[in-house]
Amino acid sequence: MKRIGVFVCHCGINIAETVDVKRVAEESMKMDGVAYAQDYIYMCSEPGQTLVREKIVEEKLDAIIIAACSPNLHESTFRAAAEEAGLNPWQCEIANIREQCSWVHSDREKATSKAIHIVATIVQKTRLNESLEPIPVSITKKALVIGGGIAGIQASLDIADSGYKVILVEKDSSIGGHMAQLSETFPTLDCSQCILTPKMVAAGKHPNIELMTYSEIEEVSGYVGNFKVKIRRKASFVDWSKCNGCGLCMEKCPAKVSSAFDRELATHGAIYVPFPQAVPNKPVIDKDSCIYFKTGKCRLCEKVCEIGAINFEQEDQFVEEEVGAIIVATGFETLPVADLAEYGAGDVPDLIDGLAFERLLSASGPTVGEVRRPSDGKVPKEIVFVQCAGSRDPERYKPYCSKICCMYTTKHALLYKHRVHDGQPYIFYIDIRTGGKGYEEFYHNAEEEENIIYLRGKVAKIFRDGDKTVVWGTDTLTGRNIEIAADLVVLATAVVPKDSTAELVKKLRIQTGPNGFLAEAHPKLRPVESINSGFFLAGAAQGPKDIPETVAQASGAACKVISLFSRDHLEQDPAVAWVDEDLCGSCRICISVCPYDAREYDEEKEIVIVNEALCEGCGSCVAACACGATQQRNLSDSQIKSMVTASLGGV
Amino acid sequence: MFEPKIVCFLCKWCTSAGADLAGTSRLKYRPNGVNIRFMCSSRVDPEHILWAFHEGADGVLIGGCHPGDCHYEDGNYKTQARVSLLNRLLDDFGIDTRRLRLEWISAAEGAKFANVMNDFTEELRSKGPLKLAVREMAK
Repeated sequence: MKRIGVFVCHCGINIAETVDVKRVAEESMKMDGVAYAQDYIYMCSEPGQTLVREKIVEEKLDAIIIAACSPNLHESTFRAAAEEAGLNPWQCEIANIREQCSWVHSDREKATSKAIHIVATIVQKTRLNESLEPIPVSITKKALVIGGGIAGIQASLDIADSGYKVILVEKDSSIGGHMAQLSETFPTLDCSQCILTPKMVAAGKHPNIELMTYSEIEEVSGYVGNFKVKIRRKASFVDWSKCNGCGLCMEKCPAKVSSAFDRELATHGAIYVPFPQAVPNKPVIDKDSCIYFKTGKCRLCEKVCEIGAINFEQEDQFVEEEVGAIIVATGFETLPVADLAEYGAGDVPDLIDGLAFERLLSASGPTVGEVRRPSDGKVPKEIVFVQCAGSRDPERYKPYCSKICCMYTTKHALLYKHRVHDGQPYIFYIDIRTGGKGYEEFYHNAEEEENIIYLRGKVAKIFRDGDKTVVWGTDTLTGRNIEIAADLVVLATAVVPKDSTAELVKKLRIQTGPNGFLAEAHPKLRPVESINSGFFLAGAAQGPKDIPETVAQASGAACKVISLFSRDHLEQDPAVAWVDEDLCGSCRICISVCPYDAREYDEEKEIVIVNEALCEGCGSCVAACACGATQQRNLSDSQIKSMVTASLGGV
Repeated sequence: MFEPKIVCFLCKWCTSAGADLAGTSRLKYRPNGVNIRFMCSSRVDPEHILWAFHEGADGVLIGGCHPGDCHYEDGNYKTQARVSLLNRLLDDFGIDTRRLRLEWISAAEGAKFANVMNDFTEELRSKGPLKLAVREMAK
């Protein structure tokens, strides 16, 4: 009989406080097949792993079980340790007694009993585990980056510079993302465009980067190393290969459309580029606003375009690409002002959000950098900034801190003072959070030198009175109610995932967390990877973050992709389906349930076989097999049945 | 008080990850279930469910990804179809269909996992132990 070793981890007190680890080890020793059991304070530490390796040799163990944290964390760690000691990695199993036991129960007796049952269940699986070899699969050394903001640009450049091909897909017509909208960046106050546009140009010109702007992901199939991606290239109604970017069409277009890039503070024609430094600098026609598309008459742009680049007949094109890894860098949006009922739900004039204020401050913005309020173009003399508009408010809006607002609001007040010397900025805040290099110094300078008034408290209501936008709030430090009749109010609205993220993650089949941001494989140790192999995360799509953090994460994600591509081939989990040829009745039900075409009828043998390279190991065909001919490696029906029995306290 | 025994078949990508999230969020719930992790809920054969009842389970929970979210395209739909079919037979075995639960719990729904475990435990408590003829005879 197999000799199994059980190693029970205390995880400091994380497990040991609720689970009697010594008793778990003692009870494990009584289980059939268990030849050795031992507890240890940190099994994943080097001494812990050494203990495991030594005991495998000393006790002549054929298999080991680590009773510890979730297999998502350390299964690979312990499989590597087992392999070093000469065991086949598939002879190592994890019993999850932390996330699914000690952390969720408080009754020590019951938690200990449950932990013993969990170990007993895994012992039954381990007894029948076979030694397996990973299935080698080829790898397409080309990456897909979704999202062309600073995260996607940085990740693409890093991968491309290392010699691999990249497809950068962006749904808007230009790359640049939100960073292109910003005026100056904290804490150094360098101009956002000045540091971003060279990178945009570099991405646009890089021989290894294929830009696909005005494009969206339609379908994704396959797995790490071998994804198939269908991309919709939306009709721009302009032949970009002909267009030389002269801009005449945009000048002549009679339509007026609110500019999303300028946060509705300016307009452009129905044919437009979102901003002058766009990459690629090619216009698109907004079909919903175009007079020709609405009325059947106009085509002025077509008439003025001497090179005949306008093409009203253009249709969406679909392209299919094969890639080996995917970086998701879809960025963020801010909570719409219209969602904030107590702040007027978007109906109060001269009440804008932070991104709109960025456009007012920007030298390339609608006011050419002069701070003028939207209602009448007057320079505001009193301006109120409201932080945490929708953030840190679990009852009504978002429970989390949006992280960037303390810094950018201070920056806004500072830049406002630089432009309107006799103006008075007020900032309502809950706490000022300035974690970051040079951030606290930046804030202190603003508070002490620039005469910005910080008021600690939340704003209860904002409404219009005459030509003033009135703010009611409380200063909790003095205990007084405050009323300010302001000329302009700027809300630091919560950072939220893009609406389109929810739809995209369904196509990619990756996970999001409770607030809709992309979920990382481990919050501390695997912050740039999805739990799903081959998907990597960068930027604010994973959670609110500032530019330095975004760039760092993007380079991290790129590095993970490069490390993946540096291998000759990938190894696929061999816990796939297999067929007992003597039992197969060739009913072919398995073929109909397999989502990957991995089951095929073998004419010669007259049975249905498994194509191991295509099988993903879901086990659906195993459950469907009427005669028990199909089994899953290391998760056979007999294993499952004995696991069930053990989980219920039977043997 | 009667403590029901529950066998939980959880898919790796959604519900088991949700159960892990309940842990990292330190949510507390009743310890009556032991989880068995599959790659996909579609690995659950109705025979496994019947076997669990045979072996002493008072309840069986199957946890999978929400419709449309299956890591294997449509495994959870197959699970739903199989559970629906099995439900039509459970009565014949003398098993109340409410002892078999199919829940869609995502990796983000740690709280839902904890609530389901508490709720299911309470429901099974009110039902009392499953008295299965085959088990009674064996005694």
